[in-house]
Amino acid sequence: MVIGVLAVQGAFVEHEQMLEKLKIPYVELRKKEDLLKKYDGLILPGGESTVQGKLLKELDMFEKLQKQIQDGMPVFATCAGLILLAEKIENDDRQYFKTLSVTVKRNAYGRQLGSFFTEQEFKGVGVVPMTFIRAPYIESVKEGVEILAKENGHIIAVREKNQIAVSFHPELDKDERIHKFFIEMVEVSKKL
Amino acid sequence: MSENKCRYKLNKELAQMLKGGVIMDVTTPEQAKIAEAAGACAVMALERIPADIRAAGGVSRMSDPKMIKGIQEAVSIPVMAKCRIGHFVEAQVLEAIDIDYIDESEVLSPADDVYHIDKTKFKVPFVCGAKDLGEALRRINEGASMIRTKGEPGTGDIVQAVTHMRMMNSEIAKITAMREDELFQEAKVLQVPYELVLEVHKSGKLPVVNFAAGGVATPADAALMMQLGAEGVFVGSGIFKSGDPKKRAEAIVKAVTNYTDASLIASLSEDLGEAMVGINQQEIALLMAERGK
Repeated sequence: MVIGVLAVQGAFVEHEQMLEKLKIPYVELRKKEDLLKKYDGLILPGGESTVQGKLLKELDMFEKLQKQIQDGMPVFATCAGLILLAEKIENDDRQYFKTLSVTVKRNAYGRQLGSFFTEQEFKGVGVVPMTFIRAPYIESVKEGVEILAKENGHIIAVREKNQIAVSFHPELDKDERIHKFFIEMVEVSKKL
Repeated sequence: MSENKCRYKLNKELAQMLKGGVIMDVTTPEQAKIAEAAGACAVMALERIPADIRAAGGVSRMSDPKMIKGIQEAVSIPVMAKCRIGHFVEAQVLEAIDIDYIDESEVLSPADDVYHIDKTKFKVPFVCGAKDLGEALRRINEGASMIRTKGEPGTGDIVQAVTHMRMMNSEIAKITAMREDELFQEAKVLQVPYELVLEVHKSGKLPVVNFAAGGVATPADAALMMQLGAEGVFVGSGIFKSGDPKKRAEAIVKAVTNYTDASLIASLSEDLGEAMVGINQQEIALLMAERGK
């Protein structure tokens, strides 16, 4: 199994370090030619969604990645990655992959002084550490979207088919369970 | 984890999200929008860009909070602002208006020629400039959660940023190669706590994110700093002092993402219009990098 890590901007190295700990090989995706590499799952890291979305389009990576996700490539998206997947952004006209049937709110907890850490239940995993950095949350979900975690009433983790998206940063804490949860999903999808 | 420690961790982590990105100096909401649309991962709100500060002379201070608020409303990416070295009330003001990051910056006139701000007293994160490892670790000890090279702001001359980045790299390499019993003496030489030296010895890197700043004017300059180990780039005067700010900003953003792809950087460098005129380090009377050690 190989995981493709989107590496145009943001905290992709932290995801790679998680994969190293789990002994999962990965490739970095930072230009069009990288999408020809073979990978079985995709990680969309945290960072600035405006920057990542723009670079995806201008580096001519957008359509191919969108097609891969639509065709069922397992994807794990954190923070900015969630925004890239969302069908609709409540407080922004920009749209990206639109493969996840949710409406998200950007910077929903405010600026940096609103960033926080908590520990909450994550369905199928248990109580996990959660770091929120200028984070979004999910305002509403459509049918077919499973809610995996909530914080203070807000939806912060969901799964729809082969897509897992969270508004916090599991790659920043030492707990590897959510990454494992994703890797197991990739393994199942490989067998199909 | 204590609340202070948790806040410091969150502040270091915001810097991690900015990695691989370009932070651009802007002086108006309009410029901020251009920067965001061009792919800036954050903007630095300031009254005058460093090149104009040099030209104008006199005392340069924190920007008008109203101007900063205008920029906060104009964009959705993080907004940073500068305060003078040691001016903890300017920092308090910036924290009060909910700024995302404070740059305690040598670009402004220093307010204190001995003490830097005790940044551990703030909830809001700070980035500070450094010429070498000692300065970087002293700022981190005072509570900085991000470091940038000082470079020489407002010149369009990359030489100082290169010198500072190479100096930090070689000092880190030296500490990594030392025996553990030599670290106590090294801490004395660098005038920093032993614990920070030990951390660098073990990890082989700075304990916080390190960006390049001061003199970046072209996509090739930005890629040069990335290849030298910077985790991202600040561009000050380089963008809005050039002929075609939008195009140049977009080109620098792409060069930072694909900093080893020379053929891409070649195509990005075509037809960018006039670069900022620039001044050589030898031609300037005021070395901003010498402020605050």
